[in-house]
Amino acid sequence: MTTTTDRPQRTPDEVRERHARNLGHQVAAGLFNPEQLLKSFPDALRKFDPRHQLRNPVMFVVWVGSLLVTVFAVGDPSVFTIAVAVWLWLTVLFANLAEAVAEGRGKAQADSLRKTKKDAVARRLTEGGEERVPGTELHVGDLVVVEAGEVIPGDGDVVEGIATVDESAITGESAPVIRESGGDRSAVTGGTTALSDRIVVKITTKPGESFVDRMIALVEGAQRQKTPNEIALTILLSTLTIIFLLAVVALQPFAIFSGGEQSVIVLTALLVCLIPTTIGALLSAIGIAGMDRLVQRNVLATSGKAVEAAGDIDTLLLDKTGTITWGNRQATEFIPAGGTTIDALVDAARLSSLADGTPEGRSVVELCVTRYGRAAEPTDQEKTGEFVPFTAQTRMSGIDLGGRSIRKGAASAFTLDQSTKAIVDEISAEGGTPLVVADNGTVLGVIRLSDVVKPGMRERFAELRAMGIRTVMVTGDNPLTAKAIAAEAGVDDFLAEAKPEDKMALIRKEQEGGKLVAMTGDGTNDAPALAQADVGVAMNTGTSAAKEAGNMVDLDSDPTKLIEIVEIGKQLLITRGALTTFSVANDLAKYFAILPAMFAAIYPQLDKLNIMALGSPQSAILSAVIFNALVIVVLIPLALRGVRYKPSNASALLRRNLLIYGLGGIVTPFAGIWLIDLLVGLIPGIG
Amino acid sequence: MSSTAAGLAQVGLLIAALAVVYRPFGDYVARVYTGTKHMKVERAIYRTARIDPDSEQRWGTYALAVLGFSFVGVAFLYLLQRFQSLLPFDFDRGSVTPGMAFNTAVSFVTNTNWQSYVPETVLGHTVQMVGLTVQNFVSAAVGLAVAVALVRGFVRDRTDRLGNFWVDMTRGVIRILLPVAFVFAIVLVATGVVMSLKSGVSVDGQEVATAPVASQEAIKELGTNGGGVLNANSAHPFENPNSWSNLIEIFLLLVIPVSLTRTFGTLVGNRKQGYVLLSVMGVLWALMLTVIWWAEANGIRPLEGKELRFGIPGSALFANSTTDTSTGAVNAMHDSFTGLGGGGAMLNILFGEMTPGGVGTGLYSILVMAVIAMFLAGLMVGRTPEYLGKKLGKREVTAAAVSILAMPTVLLIGAGIAAILPGTQAALNNPGEHGLSEILYAYASAANNNGSAFAGITVTNDWFQASLGVCMALGRFVPIIAVLCLAGSLAAQKKVPETAGTLPTTGPLFATLLAGAIVLVAALTFVPALALGPIAEALL
Repeated sequence: MTTTTDRPQRTPDEVRERHARNLGHQVAAGLFNPEQLLKSFPDALRKFDPRHQLRNPVMFVVWVGSLLVTVFAVGDPSVFTIAVAVWLWLTVLFANLAEAVAEGRGKAQADSLRKTKKDAVARRLTEGGEERVPGTELHVGDLVVVEAGEVIPGDGDVVEGIATVDESAITGESAPVIRESGGDRSAVTGGTTALSDRIVVKITTKPGESFVDRMIALVEGAQRQKTPNEIALTILLSTLTIIFLLAVVALQPFAIFSGGEQSVIVLTALLVCLIPTTIGALLSAIGIAGMDRLVQRNVLATSGKAVEAAGDIDTLLLDKTGTITWGNRQATEFIPAGGTTIDALVDAARLSSLADGTPEGRSVVELCVTRYGRAAEPTDQEKTGEFVPFTAQTRMSGIDLGGRSIRKGAASAFTLDQSTKAIVDEISAEGGTPLVVADNGTVLGVIRLSDVVKPGMRERFAELRAMGIRTVMVTGDNPLTAKAIAAEAGVDDFLAEAKPEDKMALIRKEQEGGKLVAMTGDGTNDAPALAQADVGVAMNTGTSAAKEAGNMVDLDSDPTKLIEIVEIGKQLLITRGALTTFSVANDLAKYFAILPAMFAAIYPQLDKLNIMALGSPQSAILSAVIFNALVIVVLIPLALRGVRYKPSNASALLRRNLLIYGLGGIVTPFAGIWLIDLLVGLIPGIG
Repeated sequence: MSSTAAGLAQVGLLIAALAVVYRPFGDYVARVYTGTKHMKVERAIYRTARIDPDSEQRWGTYALAVLGFSFVGVAFLYLLQRFQSLLPFDFDRGSVTPGMAFNTAVSFVTNTNWQSYVPETVLGHTVQMVGLTVQNFVSAAVGLAVAVALVRGFVRDRTDRLGNFWVDMTRGVIRILLPVAFVFAIVLVATGVVMSLKSGVSVDGQEVATAPVASQEAIKELGTNGGGVLNANSAHPFENPNSWSNLIEIFLLLVIPVSLTRTFGTLVGNRKQGYVLLSVMGVLWALMLTVIWWAEANGIRPLEGKELRFGIPGSALFANSTTDTSTGAVNAMHDSFTGLGGGGAMLNILFGEMTPGGVGTGLYSILVMAVIAMFLAGLMVGRTPEYLGKKLGKREVTAAAVSILAMPTVLLIGAGIAAILPGTQAALNNPGEHGLSEILYAYASAANNNGSAFAGITVTNDWFQASLGVCMALGRFVPIIAVLCLAGSLAAQKKVPETAGTLPTTGPLFATLLAGAIVLVAALTFVPALALGPIAEALL
């Protein structure tokens, strides 16, 4: 188990900035511009095909209703009947458009991915040497050679050699990464380019099922299957549709009984206004956009089901190293020994590390700069010093400058007096690493290196707690160290001295209690746990085994991404729930608009219900139909972006969403229909 | 004391009485259905019927048992009426016509107690006592059994067993309904309710019908049945002689549905889960009582169709409670209520009989509504919806949806056809909006197994007998099958532990959501129809 990333070392500033970006509460919006509407128009027209409409029961009813009204409008043409027919068709069109826009954004991504698939020629190793075959004719188990400048022809594992690989085509990250045989950095992806050296790759996936292929299918929504919650919601929406169908169909005999028979056009208009067209029209766009938001964050999910499951996570297993802490031990304190002043120690430590490119060395300089105001860059005089690199024999590094030989290194490499030894032991006991600094053999003091918790982690875990998610830190450290870091980071629990089996056992135990568990991993020995977890996010830098086992792959190999994935999963469900509530709440105003319009002629007292003071029965009905259609277009951006999600507890979320989408859904159409009626009243022939 | 003060005192007494029995009675009912011991008399019954009381049933078997038992009940009741002339105590009233016998048989087996017959002239004491009263007990016990099976679905973990219908049914009758009904039959006699095997007495040369009323009156209210032994139902002085008997009867029809929320809380191991359901039921009951009371007090002819010994408050309290509990007994003519008052009574029925609803049916109906409300709420908090530790997925939503769909479907189709049938106008006392209210009320009452009549409509032609009978049967058994299916899929699930991310279902937020769902579903479904009936009347 490892979480080493082979990404070129970022400076702490870079990492912090990146981290801060990830910290943004709001799962950021995918951009939406009206141009997309236009571009998606042809696709939207194609979706008028009844076979396509059948997949969405609510919109199919609108489609049939539009046809029915058109037939009756042709038989009895008037401004009103034609206008109703046109707006009913527009309702269907807007629903198609919502879906087409969502798909269109995926298509654009798919196109750019396809470019990476430009038919690579593979150099397949045969018994006698090698042959050139198209990448599409490779089989699982084939060995292919890739040299600098060549495109890797398929997904596989490096079995021989080491190379730097440009994976920007997939990850968008321009810095090359190292791929080597053995270990946890052996997986390569078809369509990426080797930049140096020569590697032999064993192909692990069939052509057409490769990573890029799956990614294309995913973003295009070609294999989109309805997720469990989406199916359940569709059943609920169908139920509502049946109820309203009954209510409207039964209304005709009641109307005849009361002496006010209604036209089919008016009844159909009422039906379309009542059934949950808003959510019906936007439902599939919400699903596609949810996947799209994941892809935009460079996360690839194998199914929409996994994304939904992410929203349900109860327990999050996070590796300590690289996720909760920076992964590199950093200098956090200088402790002078004997009679040395702190300034002397700081100066010596800085000098010893100026030319030291290791993360530890750089962290020492940084501490000198940030806490003691020393210069980050060496002066010209300091540059004349000779750097002495670390070797396994000396177990120290340093600088020879002007007759001084300053060294820093492992405590065991120096002879220490009692007091220094005490300092060293104390640091070790607290889970830190002591580095002794000496000048010409005289020990000046000790640098404390410790695991530094990334900034903002405590807040993130607090948010997760508010969302009801328990975080468990997994580390190979001893329990004492683990406890200290767990307390500092604010995780709920930790698993110390963890072996892969322990992680697996923990997941099983949580699941046995009915909880859903998410984890990240990259090593081959993580694969069983990744497969066992309900949401397993494999790092793209990991092995093929890990990537196969998980149900998501993070192309950025950023373990904190899991938190965002959870948010996206939740946001997806919330958007569906909120728009369903909005859609149903809208009906109240529509009753107030349409029922008086239909029946005030036979029961004048019903005009008291016309509280919007709509101009005429015809304009009232038409206004309700127009509002019903337009609200779909207005809400497309929201469907694509997802409703705003702020991590908080369930009650607060529900209260907020009920207020905005429930109460808002009741009030909005009153204003909307009233406004539209003002405009519709200007049309000659109506009002 | 003014009429209003007396009314408020009655409401206060009623609530106090319910509050006193709520905990002990609710917990007693919980013990009845969880106990493992069988009483001697129960053992005897199981031995005779060759039932193994310790074996449990899957949901399908449970549902088949309910259907089979009910079918036999209908057949028996039908034959009993058809061959009444051969039975003792028939007072030469002859055999009941096929249409009426079918309607009445379905009506009593489904706990509806819709009465298309005039008891004093159509039925003798044997059919009343051996047929109808028996069904008053067992149909209520069936409702209890189904409710308990659904609760077991929530409580149990990874099992396909929901309990044994025969045991649940037997215990409901023997341990709950019989003892309470027995005690209150005597109490009612003490208030002046008649108990006689004679067909009638002659008073000043006028023949006044009598019957064994008290014994049937108690279970009529306690089992939320509502079928009157005498035609005037609880408006008749022999059934409901004074305001004390009035109050006792209202107490009886509310006591089980109300206390079942305590039973529920006890069984699921969190009493607050029961209190929150009670609060929703209570608020809607109180709200509608206020509406009906106010509407009747401010009507043009406030006392038309009401008994002077009950007055407006006593009539409004009874009307509100009987329509809220699927009882259907009446102590006033709902047809004579104002547009708003009568519409309020109708709306109570259209809420789907869950505020607090019938015996058992009220609890399972409100739980189904809670499933739907929690599904939407779950989505809105970004988690796969769950309620009481059970996930609400495709199967659960489908079952809940079917259960909710049944009532409006049969109601709207039945009333829709009735409205345009040529014979209907002749069957109505009134044309126009009030006529439509009469039709709607009849089908609402049948589809919801309430059984109260708006009256003003003659329902003895073949169409009404048959269609209302079908409405009662489908309105009863389709939801029961769906509810048991829901129970089955809930019981099969692993219980999800409650975490900090779980949406709590014990607070005012959930109560608001649930009450909102009940009102919204009824309003959205029925407002178009109501607009041409009670709404048009009320806005005049």
